[in-house]
Amino acid sequence: MAIDTFLQQVVSGLATGGIYASLALALVMIYQATEIVNFAQGEMAMFSTYVAWSMLNAGVPYWAAFLGTLVLAFLGGFLIERVIVRPVEGKPVLTLVIVCIGLLVILNSLAGWIYSYVIQPFPSPFPRAPIRVGTVVFGPHDLGVIVVTLAMLGLLYAFFRYTTLGLAMRAAAQNPGSSRLCGIRVGRMLGLGWGLAALVGAVAGLLVAPVIFLEPNMMGGILIYAFAAATLGGITSPFGAVVGGFLVGVIENLAGTYIPFIGTELKLTVALLIIVVVLLVRPTGLFGHAVVRRV
Amino acid sequence: MPRGRAVGLGALLLLVLLMPFALSGFRLFQFTQVCVYAMVLLGLNLLTGYNGQISLGHGAFYALGAYTAAIMIDRWSVPYGWTIPAAGAACFLVGFLFGIPALRLEGLHLALATFALALAVPQILKYFDGWTGGSQGIVLSKPRAPLGIPLSPDQWLYYLALVVLLVLFVLTWNLLRSRPGRAIVAIRDNPIAARAMGIDAALYKSLTFGVSAGYTGVAGALGGLAVAFVAPDSFNVFLSITFLVGIVIGGLASVPGAIFGALFIQFVPNYAQEISKAAPWAIYGVFLIAFMYVMPDGVAGFLRRLAHRAGDQARPVRPAASTTPKGGQHAHT
Repeated sequence: MAIDTFLQQVVSGLATGGIYASLALALVMIYQATEIVNFAQGEMAMFSTYVAWSMLNAGVPYWAAFLGTLVLAFLGGFLIERVIVRPVEGKPVLTLVIVCIGLLVILNSLAGWIYSYVIQPFPSPFPRAPIRVGTVVFGPHDLGVIVVTLAMLGLLYAFFRYTTLGLAMRAAAQNPGSSRLCGIRVGRMLGLGWGLAALVGAVAGLLVAPVIFLEPNMMGGILIYAFAAATLGGITSPFGAVVGGFLVGVIENLAGTYIPFIGTELKLTVALLIIVVVLLVRPTGLFGHAVVRRV
Repeated sequence: MPRGRAVGLGALLLLVLLMPFALSGFRLFQFTQVCVYAMVLLGLNLLTGYNGQISLGHGAFYALGAYTAAIMIDRWSVPYGWTIPAAGAACFLVGFLFGIPALRLEGLHLALATFALALAVPQILKYFDGWTGGSQGIVLSKPRAPLGIPLSPDQWLYYLALVVLLVLFVLTWNLLRSRPGRAIVAIRDNPIAARAMGIDAALYKSLTFGVSAGYTGVAGALGGLAVAFVAPDSFNVFLSITFLVGIVIGGLASVPGAIFGALFIQFVPNYAQEISKAAPWAIYGVFLIAFMYVMPDGVAGFLRRLAHRAGDQARPVRPAASTTPKGGQHAHT
């Protein structure tokens, strides 16, 4: 029995972990391209989810709405980078943080304004009937989330590894000057990076909404876990962010189950602790590398 | 001081002193709140504007201050007057301790950690419900004026907040002009050069964090007394963002900016609320971004530039008062 509970908790931890991993990956992609920690990432995902919700309410079939939302999220992310973030590129960290917080607040209030603060249910595309393997029961949505996340990660990996565009984007992030000399449109690449990050975030939003329901503040807790995941894995490493996401998901679930005083009430504090401890013990995270600067 | 300015300041002081006799209880409460917010903004500006450490979690220290006062009054029947310095001291200590790990976190990492702190606060407050009363919060009674002074509780609280604010203003001004103050600014402008000149950056950064948190704690205690109620959900992450809005609007690295910022975050949401529940935040967001584009030194910086352009040569521009990217004057002073 004990092992059943353990396995179930691990699987559902992996499912939430997949969501954290997606959002953490989005954060890392933006960080790598523009050295910005995008505090608005969660709200961008939330807004995309509302867009999907509107489409579903208008009678669009689920997977069509899913794809449509991804396209819109991509365009939205691209536009945000080109219009709002671009004027402050290269400014001090404080300026960038303030602009991102401004973006967070705008998206949050816009969602509240348009869709109200009432909590809405959001459908899951996966069947309801639980799946039994021996004595262990898995939620189909959990398994679906894991599959979708892994598939998306695989696609992203292939994109960045095997396509010219992916290579150009990595080059633009790593060395803008030389990339520009090679004829890469660096500005456009940064925009694409934001677009892709918004798309990845939108997937996270769509997958988490059936579990935590739809409302403008839904991503607050998820975002802090994504921060924890990105910090744990290393904010400079996409691979690390993914591993960190799954790890944090599992840690969260196991801590909630087996450490009595944590329960569900101190979950955000666990994320805070992970962030602070990682930053103290190993600021570069598990897979990150220290950034060396010439002064 | 030129005569015109002295007259202006005198008139302003008179206005501020007479306000309690002209305004209704609620209006007066709003101005008490302005004083309270101005204290927070002074503290936050010391940390973020002058020392360059980004905190997105000052709501946490505000909550700590408010709860320290509330618990001392409610559980231990301590006279409220003692709870205000106690809240300041508690926050100074916690801020100083939080500052030690924060030292290793530069810029973005600190912003992340404090943002996480801000998000976690309501949960932590609810968790220790034996002390904090859980989500029900703690109800306080408004303190009466001592020694039989014929003032209503609202009027008394207003004067109390005003006096505390003035004391903190003078403290800040003096601190910034002292040797530690210059060290604080030097760490922001060029950490490596500051260290090379023998400034103990670690100590100063932690101390600045502590002092900043202490200011916020005092404000939290007064704010709790003014509202006469503390509850976990009023200390959410948006409170911390409100403070950030305050220093951006008022002016980063500007002492008088705290007043403009406090007026903004107290009154603008009130009026915007009439349009929609979400409108205040939409306005906050737009202002945050717009100020970064066109007025990065806030209202205070804007007024300073206006005065400068008007040929008011009697006012030297303080070196610390500029955060514009050009900032050439730092190097020459």
